[in-house]
Amino acid sequence: MMKSLPITIDSVSKSYGTYVALDDVSLHIQAGEFLTLLGPSGSGKTTLLMALAGFVRPDSGKLLLGDRDITRLAPNKRDIGIVFQNYALFPHMNVLSNVEYPLALRKMPKAEARRRALDTLARVKLEGLAERNIAALSGGQRQRVALARAIVFEPRVMLMDEPLSALDKNLRETMQYEIRRLHDDLGITTIYVTHDQREALIISDRIAVMNSGRIQQIDTPQRIYDRPSTRFVAEFMGEANIVAPGLVRRIDGADASGATLMIRAESFHLDARHAGRDGMALDGTLRAKAFRGENWLLTLVLDGGQEVLVCIPAALASGCGELATGARVTAYAPAAKVHPLPEAKT
Amino acid sequence: MLEAYPDNRLFRIFLWGFSVLVMAFLMLPTLVVVPLSFSASNLLEFPPRAYSLRWYETFFGSATWMTALRTSLILGTLTAVVAVPLGLLACISINRLGGKAAILIQGILLTPSIVPGILLAIGLFFVLAAQRLVGTLFGVLVGHVVLAIPVACIVLLPALARFDWNQVQAARSLGANWARAIGGIIVPQLQISLLSATLMAFLTSLDESVISIFVASGQNSTLPKLMFLSLRDQIDPTIAAISTLWTVIVVAVVLIVSLRQKS
Amino acid sequence: MTATATADPALAADALRERRFFLSLSLPALFIVGLAAVLPILWIIRQSFLTTGGEYTFSNYEKVLSSGLTWSALVTTLELSLATLAICILLGTPLALALASARPRVANLLMAFVMLPLWTSILVRTYGWLVLLRRDGLINAALTGSGLTAEPLPLVYNFTGTLIGMVHYMLPLFLLPVYAAMRDIDANLIRASSSMGASLGQVIRRVILPLSAGGIFSGSTIVFIYTIGFFITPAVLGGGKVNPLSTRIERTLSTFQDWGSASVLGILLLVVMAMIGMMFLAARRLLTRNGAAHA
Repeated sequence: MMKSLPITIDSVSKSYGTYVALDDVSLHIQAGEFLTLLGPSGSGKTTLLMALAGFVRPDSGKLLLGDRDITRLAPNKRDIGIVFQNYALFPHMNVLSNVEYPLALRKMPKAEARRRALDTLARVKLEGLAERNIAALSGGQRQRVALARAIVFEPRVMLMDEPLSALDKNLRETMQYEIRRLHDDLGITTIYVTHDQREALIISDRIAVMNSGRIQQIDTPQRIYDRPSTRFVAEFMGEANIVAPGLVRRIDGADASGATLMIRAESFHLDARHAGRDGMALDGTLRAKAFRGENWLLTLVLDGGQEVLVCIPAALASGCGELATGARVTAYAPAAKVHPLPEAKT
Repeated sequence: MLEAYPDNRLFRIFLWGFSVLVMAFLMLPTLVVVPLSFSASNLLEFPPRAYSLRWYETFFGSATWMTALRTSLILGTLTAVVAVPLGLLACISINRLGGKAAILIQGILLTPSIVPGILLAIGLFFVLAAQRLVGTLFGVLVGHVVLAIPVACIVLLPALARFDWNQVQAARSLGANWARAIGGIIVPQLQISLLSATLMAFLTSLDESVISIFVASGQNSTLPKLMFLSLRDQIDPTIAAISTLWTVIVVAVVLIVSLRQKS
Repeated sequence: MTATATADPALAADALRERRFFLSLSLPALFIVGLAAVLPILWIIRQSFLTTGGEYTFSNYEKVLSSGLTWSALVTTLELSLATLAICILLGTPLALALASARPRVANLLMAFVMLPLWTSILVRTYGWLVLLRRDGLINAALTGSGLTAEPLPLVYNFTGTLIGMVHYMLPLFLLPVYAAMRDIDANLIRASSSMGASLGQVIRRVILPLSAGGIFSGSTIVFIYTIGFFITPAVLGGGKVNPLSTRIERTLSTFQDWGSASVLGILLLVVMAMIGMMFLAARRLLTRNGAAHA
């Protein structure tokens, strides 16, 4: 197992002209941790990753690998393994030469380099493909070669820039588990960039959600999903309803809190018994309904005029098929699933 | 495109008739030389009454022509060897810098292809004369390199624009310094473009006549300079032999390169 | 959005250093171009103010600009360029139209043939024209042999011969941008115009030519830039009787060893080129403003 290092990002800023790509970003990643930078395109996640790799020079701030300041270090001296979005495999070399390349640069004796490369290829389940040309590989195989090349020289940190975005859905799911397994085997500190929130939830120890060059929230996947700290995070992570305080009542008639509430669409029930006495009730009329296979999606217009999305699992929605638009519907949410947003900032 | 207009038969017949004549005009002078080069006669008869290889023998047997051929080949090789690496580095620089700096560098490097050859020739002649370098191989070489650099850049710039710069970043992240990234990643991947740039640079030098006429002399006269001088003086059928050889070689080279590019 | 923190000077210095590194990659090429293209032109300017003894003077300018030969050379230069351009447009535009209408495979093959002259030495081509155009050349032999003319026509060692050689050199270079522009015209535009009742002539005048104006313009620019300084063709096919600025320069230099006057002629050539270049730029701006430039 390799020695992995913690990463510290200390108030890093980067702007291109008037466009601010990174706005005073600070972040600490523990040794061996798997952290995902999640955000829409243009949120600064790739810029931050490229700054760690050494391809984007910050305007200010510090980047530390362990105790070592790498802010001004050339990319070839950082010893960071990187998996690029398009893999960036060298088409003029075969699989084995691609994987041996970083070892050759480190002047490792040929025989040892070969042994190490072959071991690493076996680790990513590519034994037998060593002599293949890059052009002859499938997308998933290329992905594995890129992984092998990034870990073969035992870097202490690995960066991945949307590594699965070019793969189809099934392959993507397999690779998510493989990447996570590889990370757990090697114990290597990993920063993973994606815009796919499901992928981030599945793969990460912690997620840092980014928007407009800033980190919105850093937390475990579960807390990011259930306890978003901003409206942006709430909406980016899934079908979220942000409900003004006056539109909600407590089922037991007690006073509702005065905060803006976040309730995920799938937290609702149509039967008050499932929500408990301290749950919340929302009254409205049905505007639209859609059957989505595993669930029904209902659009309610609350009496205050706001639209709310309600997602009911098909197994519990026996009555949904008969509901007509314009019907009165009350949606109930258990207290545990009602999350007061700390502040109403967007 | 015109096929999209219905009932244009008559017009197309006229258009194609005219076009065939224009194409004949373009091909004629290159082709007419070929049979003449095999003529047995001193006169330029067409078609030749008897055929022989005497003009080829004259060419290959003449020390003057052979020296000129040697000079031209050496010069072409040196030009390509110097101009292509310089052009590649400059193109990387243009590609990476972007913006006004890139436009400025590109503008300066392309100047020699816009300025009339005669001006470059006399200017270079003056500069070389001041350094007592007129008639040296070096003088002509510098002139040819300066003409070949824009040619190389025209081939390499679009190739670099298509090149995936992530490849270089990947190499850098794996531990390669700049020299190794350029030599080990960019050069092998631009192989085909570099090959055509090399050939174009070579041909630019081989074909260049004006600078040679002013700056080259004696032992270092190039083939085009000698051809120019003998064209001015008399019409020597040896030129027909040289021309035929030239055309055949150039066409063969171009064919090979374009076939390679396709495969 | 808050203002970004003040930039770290060390990082800014690194960024500058990286920029300098990329800049330095083009230095060798820039150095050679400076040495063998920029310096020579500056030298011509300097030389134009020097007497043979090396003193500064305006006499070269007085001598050259007061000479009738200079002005006739200038007129010849412009005549050759304009005539070449006109013929290129007349021959090249229909040929481009035909090639652009051909099936892609046929068009590619024909283009390869059309480009053949580009790949052969200008001296080879000039020689070919000499063989064809001389008094006892192939064309005259054919003309007199068939009885079309009683006497051989003077086709070479004069303006006609020079012009033929220059058109032959420039036509492929003119053709390329025109062909590219025509190839890009959407055939549906022609279908649309014919469905609206346009005659073929109208389609060509109102649709095809305006849409390829940009290409024709680029081609014309290339023709002008090249022909203004053309040397080999007038020197050989002109037979000493056709003397544009380029051959004047050569003669002044090699026959009269008059470096100063040759330099003044060189500067005159440069000025003419710059003026025509500016005219083309202005025309281009006008064209784009009218929305007709597409190439």
